[in-house]
Amino acid sequence: MKMTRQHFLAGLAALMTSVALPAAAADWPDGPVTMIVPWGAGGGTDATARMIGSILEEQIGVPVPVQNRTGGSGVIGHAGIADAAPDGQTIGVATLEIGTMHHLGLTELDYTGYTPLGLYNADPAAIFVQDKSDYATISDLLTALNAASDGEMKGSGSAQGGVNHLALAGMLMAAGMPASRVTWVPSEGAAPGLQDLAAGGVAVATASLPEAAALMEAGLIRPLAVFSNDRLDIAPDVPTFTEATGHEFALGSWRGLVAPAGLDPAVADKITAALGAVVSDPRYTEFMAQRGYAMQWTTGADFEAFMTASDDRLGETLKAVGLASE
Amino acid sequence: MFENLMAALPLVFTWHMALIMLACATFGLFVGAVPGLSATMATAMLVPITFFMDPVPAIAAIVTTAAMAIFASDIPAALVRIPGTAASAAYINDLDAMTRQGKVGRALGISVTASAIGGIFGSLVLMVAAPQLAIVSLNFTSFEYFWLALLGLSAAVMLGSGSILKSLMALLFGLMIASIGMDTTAGFPRFTFGSTTLLGGVAFVPALIGMFAIPELIRTLVNRDPVVPVGNPLRMFAGLGGLLWRSKTNLARGSTIGTIIGILPGAGSDIGSWISYAVSKRFSRTPEKYGKGSETGLVEACAANNSALSGAYVPAMVFGIPGDSITAIVIGVLYVKGLNPGPMVFLTSGDQIMAIFLTFLIANIMIVPLGLLAVALASQVLRVPKLALAAPILCFCIVGAYSIDSAASGVVIMLVLGLFAYLMEENGFPVAPAILGIVMGLLVERNFVTSLIKADSSLLGFFERPIAAGLAVLVLIVWITPVMLWLRGRRTEVRT
Repeated sequence: MKMTRQHFLAGLAALMTSVALPAAAADWPDGPVTMIVPWGAGGGTDATARMIGSILEEQIGVPVPVQNRTGGSGVIGHAGIADAAPDGQTIGVATLEIGTMHHLGLTELDYTGYTPLGLYNADPAAIFVQDKSDYATISDLLTALNAASDGEMKGSGSAQGGVNHLALAGMLMAAGMPASRVTWVPSEGAAPGLQDLAAGGVAVATASLPEAAALMEAGLIRPLAVFSNDRLDIAPDVPTFTEATGHEFALGSWRGLVAPAGLDPAVADKITAALGAVVSDPRYTEFMAQRGYAMQWTTGADFEAFMTASDDRLGETLKAVGLASE
Repeated sequence: MFENLMAALPLVFTWHMALIMLACATFGLFVGAVPGLSATMATAMLVPITFFMDPVPAIAAIVTTAAMAIFASDIPAALVRIPGTAASAAYINDLDAMTRQGKVGRALGISVTASAIGGIFGSLVLMVAAPQLAIVSLNFTSFEYFWLALLGLSAAVMLGSGSILKSLMALLFGLMIASIGMDTTAGFPRFTFGSTTLLGGVAFVPALIGMFAIPELIRTLVNRDPVVPVGNPLRMFAGLGGLLWRSKTNLARGSTIGTIIGILPGAGSDIGSWISYAVSKRFSRTPEKYGKGSETGLVEACAANNSALSGAYVPAMVFGIPGDSITAIVIGVLYVKGLNPGPMVFLTSGDQIMAIFLTFLIANIMIVPLGLLAVALASQVLRVPKLALAAPILCFCIVGAYSIDSAASGVVIMLVLGLFAYLMEENGFPVAPAILGIVMGLLVERNFVTSLIKADSSLLGFFERPIAAGLAVLVLIVWITPVMLWLRGRRTEVRT
């Protein structure tokens, strides 16, 4: 009963703060700062958001409750952030999907619905095969793909139109093949897709390296190349796709902190500064390193430019795989 | 393994650990006993706290909470016929029937002990054979999961205590609800009428609360039953030993089925309890009692859902693949603690892993004394007239439905489906098959479609892999046997 009342009061408080008038920079934070996460509790995005939230709480001295608003392939949570009052009392985590969902025709919302605060993580995708597969290098795989007929090989690692699907399709196009060369088998996220690869259900899978760490360690799957501009610190032996094949291609998921569009720039600066202190906190950096998440801190206009570029590239790839609605 | 066990003991038996486990057990019991607050939610709420704990206490906190919550969800199921989690929905009619017969104490006694025994069995399997079993579980692809999910779905028809036709219609209604939202394979919105809220589908927990709680509340208001004699809920253990001994086959079978299903990454404690309940009914000498207060069915399904909880840790620890939503969270915590899941962790941190498994055992043993305490506290509810309880129960339901997505849509879903369920039950349609359809509809569909994609739309692919073919035969037997029996029965009728 006590619990219920607390929940109710928390909900009421959130409701009241969300209708409050935009605050001046000096007043921020004016009560709890809600952090909306568009993905489920327990996932990677949720874990990073909760870590950031708990340190931010100490930094600014007000509670930072994390709210998981899941559903609709991320549409609901992403819209929840954009629709909140631009007063700095609601922030949230935007992920790569903000650049795909409007191309897929799921929503009108795109990155312009936000005031960018800071990009804190970007994990490039990598391509995996079963450990006992005949393909020793990415070039072997490309040769086999070139010789294969459309749809002969199957790949998995995310939902239809998810980041890992686009990574595979983008790779095929970069290597001069049609995106339909590999039939995509949709999965609920990277883990089931990688398990399917290990079980022999599909021939290739794409995922980020941290997501595949356990199966790699078990000697069941191995990475052939990573879709980034430089080799990664966590896997220095894995070549980048570009250096191994000469084809230009990089793609990966990312996570960034955003606020609703129309936030007073002075307040935005204040929040960004507080968050900047969070991401340099040793507890945060240790946590990210342990999970194998790549760290960065790209703020303001640079983050905006990053989202624009990401949006364009994803739109092109989605069009090529025939999923874009326009 | 023995050295690891010795090294693990001092990690587990400390005052610090005892306090943490006791606190988490209380928390888990509370969350489980409140309809609408789920074990997954309790676990997610613990995560930020575990950031500041050592690895073994951190995992112990989660394990204890989850084990208690899954057991405790039987308490509201028995007392007010509202399941705390989907796992209790399989045998809720039996719990309810026993309560009405004045045997509420015995029903909860069975639930407490069978849960504990199932959980201990699952933990022992985990301790002895986790790495070996995980390798087997990895051989399951969408073909095998399709048949497994179909087997679970078939349970709906076997479970139906009334007309098979009505059970089938209820199941189809559940499947229709499950098809609302974005199609998981093609990403195409179905029956959403342009609403973004429905893109994610009908949220499962609000549907569960609505379909069980709302009809009960409406009936309370409409019928104004005089208070039913409920018996003493604290008479839990009288004659229980004899019953458990007589149903030792059920205990063993329930624990085994639960553990196996838990180990498979695509299926958790809810599917485990449905399938084992159906199996129990199939092999029972008194199948007509099922759904009307069957003690053996209760034993088997309660053992299955707690053993599945432990089983889910096998693929999680060895391959970082979650067996259910709780282990998905645990994997995250393991990474944070530097116990990165993988086969190597059993070698590099064998003592800590063993310590974690020991906490599984302790948590499941703790179910018995703490469960008794929780039942004692919760059973005061039975003294209150049902009519007076209706309002606070509705409040709990609304909060539970809201808190899943922090959205009012959950409340609407709960109320609408609840009203539907009332109309169904008033007209003799069972609700359980509909719930099963909502739980498993997507699982069946997703695995069917992904399998078809892999097999280039050839149905033969479903029979090509040996395990898949074996499961297929099992499903076909389940479907063909009743038809055969019916045909044979008709022939003898004609002859006589």
